[in-house]
Amino acid sequence: MTLNYKGATEKYEPTLGLEVHVELNTNSKMFCSCATEFGAAPNTQTCPVCLGLPGALPVVNGKAIESTILIGLALNCSIAPYSRFARKNYFYPDMPKNFQTSQYDEPICVEGYLDVEIETDEGPKVFRVEIERVHMEEDTGKSLHVGGSTGRIHGAEYSLLDYNRAGIPLVEIVTKIIPGTGKYAPQVARAYVTQLRDILRSLGVSDVKMEQGSLRCDANVSLAPIGSGLLGTRSETKNVNSLRSVERALTGEIERQANRLEAGERIIQETRHFLEESGLTRPGRSKEQAEDYRYFPEPDLVPVTPDAKWIEELRAKLPENPADRRKRLQKEWNVPDSEMTSLINAELVDVVEETIKLGAEPTRARTWWLGEISRLANEKEVAPTSLITTVFVAEIIALITSGDLTDKLARQVVEGVVNGEGSPAEVIEKRGLKVVSDDSALMVAIEAAIAAQPDTAERIRGGNIPAAGALIGAVMKATGGQADAAKVRELLLKHLGQG
Amino acid sequence: MTNIYSTAAEMASALAAKEISAVDLTKQHLDRIASVDGKLHAFLHVDSEGALAQAEAVDAKRAKGETLSPLAGVPIAVKDILAQKGVPTTAGSKILEGWRPPYDSTVVAKLKAAGVVILGKTNMDEFAMGSSTENSAYGTTQNPWDLTRTPGGSSGGSAAAVASFEAPLAIGTDTGGSIRQPAALTGIVGVKPTYGGVSRYGVIAYSSSLDQVGPFGRTVLDTALLHETIAGHDERDSTSINAPVPQVVAAAKRLDVKGMKIGVIKELSGSGFQAGVSARISESLELLVAAGAEIVEVSCPNFEYALAAYYLIAPSEASSNLARFDSMRYGLRVGDDGSKGAEEVMSATREAGFGKEVKRRIILGTYALSSGYYDAYYGSAQKVRTLVKRDFESAFAKADVLVSPVTPTTAFKIGEKSNDPVAMYLSDIATIPVNMAGIGGMSLPVGLAEEDGLPVGLQIMAPLMQDDRFYRVGGTLEAALLSKWGKPILSNAPDLMVQK
Repeated sequence: MTLNYKGATEKYEPTLGLEVHVELNTNSKMFCSCATEFGAAPNTQTCPVCLGLPGALPVVNGKAIESTILIGLALNCSIAPYSRFARKNYFYPDMPKNFQTSQYDEPICVEGYLDVEIETDEGPKVFRVEIERVHMEEDTGKSLHVGGSTGRIHGAEYSLLDYNRAGIPLVEIVTKIIPGTGKYAPQVARAYVTQLRDILRSLGVSDVKMEQGSLRCDANVSLAPIGSGLLGTRSETKNVNSLRSVERALTGEIERQANRLEAGERIIQETRHFLEESGLTRPGRSKEQAEDYRYFPEPDLVPVTPDAKWIEELRAKLPENPADRRKRLQKEWNVPDSEMTSLINAELVDVVEETIKLGAEPTRARTWWLGEISRLANEKEVAPTSLITTVFVAEIIALITSGDLTDKLARQVVEGVVNGEGSPAEVIEKRGLKVVSDDSALMVAIEAAIAAQPDTAERIRGGNIPAAGALIGAVMKATGGQADAAKVRELLLKHLGQG
Repeated sequence: MTNIYSTAAEMASALAAKEISAVDLTKQHLDRIASVDGKLHAFLHVDSEGALAQAEAVDAKRAKGETLSPLAGVPIAVKDILAQKGVPTTAGSKILEGWRPPYDSTVVAKLKAAGVVILGKTNMDEFAMGSSTENSAYGTTQNPWDLTRTPGGSSGGSAAAVASFEAPLAIGTDTGGSIRQPAALTGIVGVKPTYGGVSRYGVIAYSSSLDQVGPFGRTVLDTALLHETIAGHDERDSTSINAPVPQVVAAAKRLDVKGMKIGVIKELSGSGFQAGVSARISESLELLVAAGAEIVEVSCPNFEYALAAYYLIAPSEASSNLARFDSMRYGLRVGDDGSKGAEEVMSATREAGFGKEVKRRIILGTYALSSGYYDAYYGSAQKVRTLVKRDFESAFAKADVLVSPVTPTTAFKIGEKSNDPVAMYLSDIATIPVNMAGIGGMSLPVGLAEEDGLPVGLQIMAPLMQDDRFYRVGGTLEAALLSKWGKPILSNAPDLMVQK
């Protein structure tokens, strides 16, 4: 009889361990000045250093060190006053030097933690994830295996190598083992990666796009019978390319391991690959025979010795923790979870906050960014923030609030600004979009409507207020929709002795 | 009359005075190479076209009255381990056969910028691993003093080229003595600067923490002029020192050692050194005393472990540095007939492309770095390194410079030690501690050994970034020796044109 996930976690206690690789968004590579743009033509962003040509030497990118220290500080780590790079020696064609320059036993950030909150059966609960280390290393190139059925190196006819990615700065964030999550292990893992992604985004140090590989998660998990106090043999799942996959991969892996254990089999310490379609993992390289990387200190680089004063300056620059900020803003704006989540997912929290700071009414600020502006951005397949500035949005909202624009007119103003017709004031001027609020102009239209429908006017004079709708409609039509309907109603009723 | 037998300083002033053109001077050296290099095999590649083009450019600039650097128009030979754009660069290995670097090493770029005319690339032990050039994949270089003997190594080609008047100057690299030992064996001056004094960018790495580029010349002043041309901070080499270059040219001209304390290292004298070598060293010390220096004896008890530690550190770093030679991107590719996988081709290429000594050191280094052995081997060797540094520090507390013989013996016969690696390794016993500590050292020719008539070298060492001190002592001693002999040491060398 096979165990489902519920059964598995009733019998076994999972222990997690997460390794996250983050590509930094520095303009140049870790050890040379080559560009790091994603998607450039193969082998166009290379030089003697990142191609590992004989004689070339690395020089550490100072910006990468700064970003790594920021990450360490945001994760409550200690920053080592002295850390070193080492060489990790192994042969692979996508690694031009046949060693990876990486930090090993002397990483730059150690001993941190991140508190993550998840929803449990008993309500929200906080788990503390302890961070073992944050270190710097360089990425490898990319191999494209051509021919063969699997797309893997075995059975391929030939392989193409692109070294554009070789030498891109990577930061690896490694947790300590995470015990005590019970059946919530997959959610804790997902929440951890989500929160980590939000922090990295708020620090501005990485694009954190899992689908492009700028954020990669390796999920380790082992099982032991509940209450045994033991630590089982772990597997490491790679190729986990989305937040949802983190959760699915772990759920699947916990089920698989539980069923193996039930069947009396042992867990093999191995790397497994997550299969997006099935939600299952398949075995990769076995780690039974640990590879000997022959680490030794990189003699071509001097130790990294950040100044204590500089570290404090960086600490002072740290942005508010995104989780705390989310809670604070949600309270200030008084919005439901679902809307807050939409804002976060659409990466609109910053602009909404800025728009509000510029004086815009909070509800309108959220509605406009999440609604009309996002819709236009979707159409154009660009980011909403690239379409219009917060200053212009705040101006438009101020005009709506003051009654100078209706929502309908405001949409046209936004459209005009997005199309490059100028500032909101210029668009209003050019398109003639201002609400008709001049009473005398409106009165001309109102009198014309009354003249056209004398019977209706008479019924209103007689106290039939709802009949006013027909006349208001006629006035709106005559003014091309530019009149404020409430104002028209007010003037009309007053004129007919009902104001 | 300026010719190939002039010093580089004489050539430089004749060029500045327009008594000779850079093109003429270059042609004279190319002719010399054409007539004697068949016997010596100092060069792996002679770049006549490039050299003449460079010389023409210098002459054109001079004709226009442009300000030129001191060595503009003076020719040079460069060890084949420095990348030079578009010029074959092999590091003495088959595995790099045919590779033309797409970039210049910093030293080559500095030479070009200074208008120093690069005649070609010189022979060396494969990847600088050796002390005789016998490990070159392209054949041994002969010593101009005796064609049956080695010129030393690994920079043997550069040393032989300078000693035989094929070039007045040369560039070498020194990881455990590879500049100083061949300089001693060929009767010329060779300097290993302080580690980090000269950029390593573009120098094919053997042992990154020990490798250092340095100058060869026939006089102390010539060597100093070249030293100042190539030295200085380079932002492309993280280990290069960001400090002003020691004033070595001024030091070479000073000719005064009054009040200087010269420390004689007890452990590097007496037994184990050829009698004729020790005799010439003692004589040099007497000359220095006569010039006003004081001799003190110092002890460096940990030097006896230096050689063993070196043969763990250097191979360890080499095993990693040489991993990149995998047939994928450049150089030799063997067995790629379409049927084999990448690993098989890589394996076949490394099997065919690396020589015996290189393989020996890769295996040694791979073993020393292996998990479970690291602490015992690489870890212990690093501790020895620290002890050697401390020995130097306490010795320099008592003396301004330290001296020793450069080598235990004069030039040995080709083939004499090639089947006995340890005997070969021992020829660097006096030079290795300097690399371990990162300090600088000079090899100065101080005469010929009685028993074989071959040159003897005195090693002069100074503390970190005090390279000017050995130029000062070397320059003074050189002048005293010259006045004693009445003629330069190289005038005792047999005429290559008649030697068989």
